[in-house]
Amino acid sequence: MNKIFALAGVVIKELYRRKDFYVLFVLTAVLTFAASAVNFFQDEKIIRYVKDICLLLIWISSLVIAIVTTARQIPAEREARTIFPLLAKPVSRAQVIAGKFLGCWLAAGIALVVFYFFFAVIASSREHTWPVVMYFQAAWMQWCLLAVVIALVLLGSIYFAAPSSTSTISFIVVAGIMLVGGHLNTIALSQPEPMQSVLAGVYYFIPHLEWYYLSDFVVYNMGCVSWVKILAATLYAAAWTGIFLTLAWLGFRRKNLTT
Amino acid sequence: MTTILQTEKLRVEYRSRDFRQTTKVALVGLDLEVRAGEVFGFLGPNGAGKTTTMNVLLGFVPPTSGTGRLFGIDVRQPIARQRIGYLPEQTYYYKFLTAEELLRFYAKIFGLAYAEMDKRITNLLKLVELEHAAKRPIKSYSKGMQQRVGLAQALINNPDLLVLDEPTSGLDPLGRMKVREIIQRLKNEGKTVFFSSHELGEVETICDRVAIIHQGELKAVGSVAEISAGHENLEKAFLKIVGFQPSPLLP
Repeated sequence: MNKIFALAGVVIKELYRRKDFYVLFVLTAVLTFAASAVNFFQDEKIIRYVKDICLLLIWISSLVIAIVTTARQIPAEREARTIFPLLAKPVSRAQVIAGKFLGCWLAAGIALVVFYFFFAVIASSREHTWPVVMYFQAAWMQWCLLAVVIALVLLGSIYFAAPSSTSTISFIVVAGIMLVGGHLNTIALSQPEPMQSVLAGVYYFIPHLEWYYLSDFVVYNMGCVSWVKILAATLYAAAWTGIFLTLAWLGFRRKNLTT
Repeated sequence: MTTILQTEKLRVEYRSRDFRQTTKVALVGLDLEVRAGEVFGFLGPNGAGKTTTMNVLLGFVPPTSGTGRLFGIDVRQPIARQRIGYLPEQTYYYKFLTAEELLRFYAKIFGLAYAEMDKRITNLLKLVELEHAAKRPIKSYSKGMQQRVGLAQALINNPDLLVLDEPTSGLDPLGRMKVREIIQRLKNEGKTVFFSSHELGEVETICDRVAIIHQGELKAVGSVAEISAGHENLEKAFLKIVGFQPSPLLP
């Protein structure tokens, strides 16, 4: 386990040294400013609107950080050939995959903590309520979703040599699932066979990332989600993460890294 | 004497990525044995299969058939690499890390205890004369300094076998001398060194035994004296073995 943590530490250190994290703080400042602007209108609907925009920003930026960071991990190691001195040590390829995943996931988690902290402080100070548990659930669900996305991107990065192609395909897949995935079963009903069966099959085959978007709960102060549902969603994310990481390992374990 | 590194009928084929999927044979049934405590030179012209052999031994490339063993353990097992140190030909390290951070990272990979880790890092930085630059990112180092970091990382686990891929390539005379000194020192400590090189003079000076590989096949193996027997020096023997025909235009 220490090897996996050591690998994760290098991922986070690289991100920090590459100044990527500073972008977070700029974005957080923008969020803070946007949320502060709510004070001028004193209109509940406007507050909701701004909160919605802020949460969407958090979603997009955390996805960008997770996908872009993960997509370059293995290809960059191969391109810079740093993978060779690393694999010449007693570290398995499964540990490399696990370490990269953990590093990216923790980095995304740090980003989320920063985002939600500022969002919670500003939004709560304006609304004079402190729904900490609700914010925690929203952040936790998003972190679970990022685990699935990071594992998916890591899998893609084993097969696509260029980080840019991995990032682009991952964005399209994630956006597709988020926007259409939840409606596929409904769309399937209006289709003739065999399209109906195909779409219904796809609906059950893909990870339902849209379930993790708790924006409405936060924006409309709808209260907390049942902990049983949170637990079920966490297990669902863990299962998909495990599937993608296993597939990534299967692709990576016998890969000739010199070509 | 104990066998530290062994290959048996090692064969590696690369398949081209084009639609024809043509196969290139990089190693043809390589049988090699390196014994404990010896400095073993692995020679061959460019494209002979030296790096491929090292890549298999280090687990970067899976063999098509045959086996490779380090300390009696199949090279496909990561644990086979617990007691080895590897210095690549070029400096492939995380350049955003400092030398100290890089050594600490690799020490963690080897599972060293924290107290031992600090002691080794300090000693190694002293050995490669990088104490003054230990806190600077590797990207700010000169090529010689980066090569010295490489040497330090190869020694972090106090390895029993050191695998060096052209360790003096691209170094200035001082850097070469330093690397040679370190190899000699390791030899005196009873460590095994397996290294590839094009510097035949260097090989002649420090190696106990050498192997010559050409077109993926082992052409000769033995002590420097055995290989050079009947030739002016190792270089002449090498050229003869690999079938080099001197140009009639040359004096």
